[in-house]
Amino acid sequence: MPTPRAQFPLVSRLLHWTMAVMILSMLGIGVAMVASLADYHVLVSIHRPLGIAILILAAVRFVNRRFNPPPPFPATMSPLERRLATASELAMYGLMFLLPLVGWGMLSAARYPIVLYGSLHLPFILPHSPALYAALRRAHTMLAYLFFVTFLAHVGAILFHTLIVRDGMLKRMAPWSIRREW
Amino acid sequence: MTPSRTLPRLALIGVVLAVAAGGFAYLGGWLTPHELTPARFVDTFQRVNGVHAGFRRNHAKGLGVAGLFESNGQGLRYSKAVVFQPGRVPVIGRFSLSGGQPHVADDGGAVRGLGLQFSLPDGEAWRTAMINLPVFPFRTPEAFYENLVASKPDPKTGKPDPAAMKAFLDRHPETVEVLSILKRQPVASGFDNTTFYGLNAFRVINSAGESTPVRWLLTPMQPAEASSDASRADRNYLFDALIAQVRRHPLRWHLVLIIGQPGDPTRDATIAWPADRERVDVGTLTLDRVEAEETSAATDLNFDPLVLPAGIAPSDDPLLSARSAVYSRSFTRREGEAKQPSAITAADVRKAE
Repeated sequence: MPTPRAQFPLVSRLLHWTMAVMILSMLGIGVAMVASLADYHVLVSIHRPLGIAILILAAVRFVNRRFNPPPPFPATMSPLERRLATASELAMYGLMFLLPLVGWGMLSAARYPIVLYGSLHLPFILPHSPALYAALRRAHTMLAYLFFVTFLAHVGAILFHTLIVRDGMLKRMAPWSIRREW
Repeated sequence: MTPSRTLPRLALIGVVLAVAAGGFAYLGGWLTPHELTPARFVDTFQRVNGVHAGFRRNHAKGLGVAGLFESNGQGLRYSKAVVFQPGRVPVIGRFSLSGGQPHVADDGGAVRGLGLQFSLPDGEAWRTAMINLPVFPFRTPEAFYENLVASKPDPKTGKPDPAAMKAFLDRHPETVEVLSILKRQPVASGFDNTTFYGLNAFRVINSAGESTPVRWLLTPMQPAEASSDASRADRNYLFDALIAQVRRHPLRWHLVLIIGQPGDPTRDATIAWPADRERVDVGTLTLDRVEAEETSAATDLNFDPLVLPAGIAPSDDPLLSARSAVYSRSFTRREGEAKQPSAITAADVRKAE
């Protein structure tokens, strides 16, 4: 008997995996570009438009969640695990919005033109302020590290459930449709 | 599940997480502590010059200026950039002397810098950080770095170690060649009659999509005058003269594009292009205001040479990306520090009125 509610809706799964690739690339590009001389410019030129794309998709995903709510937690999750999972989900949603906004804000405060493509630019969202730039620049790094740690915890928890508890947790988010209950 | 099956699975999870974390650390340069990074570049500037909170790590001594650029439309043949359409755009800039000491006495022989931002409509900007050298002494970021390390003053003599400098020059014949060219160049008497060069090659793209290698320079409309010893008693004689000159009349430069031919080196700033290359005068830069760093908008601007409008693009010169990366790191550090008064204060600027 198929239980469609056991798996995330298709749109949600597509958004999840698309954003997973984008965000992981983004974290890698971000940490690599600040350590790079030769590739700095190329990486920055990808980092900025990719960040804005993530911000837009985060909004799409947030709206999608209203219309396509996630399936209930599997019975194998303890109340504590459920609370942790909810908290980490909240953190990741927050960071998906916050990191691009802090990036946009810090470039605005430093008066760097924010080029998306060719002559397409974003407007400045904050006044020209050295102190604001310095604080947001630091926050951008810290939030990125936090995102990476949250990502590791997320992957670790899913793998633990899938491989050790063996409750098929990963299948909830599998890009293909699973037609049986687990 | 038995422990014999659980342990390998736990190990697998551990390996997945370790690989992810390791990859992240590798990308961030934490596993290669000897690789040259923007942060290590700026650290070395600080080791050589000391830390002067709030100041640029290089070209620390400077003065803000403002004015406008009037394009004559000639540049459109090669570049679709809005800055080359006939008309005027506002410009802010900063004259500077090379070196990391913000209060150093003016030295006519020091490399002179001019950073400019052309503010274009719709949030576009063109920034260029120019110097008074027609060719640059260093081909790669690594060579620049080696020279920086070799030029660190010996605490005993207060001067760079001659042996270290000789070892550097022995490894870099291209630097020796450039230095001999520069020695033959007359030094202009002031900032006002100095020619400034864009240092690297770039590419420009016109509305037909054609890409052309270019270099650019600013040629002064103020008459040439050889440097004299007259006013050297004044620690800020170059900047004070600049303030006085701008008070008398606006200073003007022609912005000139040098049009490269196929085969002209674009990834080697130590080599000048042949003298017969076409030169296109694309407009006039007028600077009619001086402003001390305390109030100038240029103070908190990073003259990153890769802030470019559509129609101007980087060349394959490895110095460009490195300049962008290191300027950005220097900018981030100084913007987070408390500002100290600059050598040329707002009072100095007012005094000249």
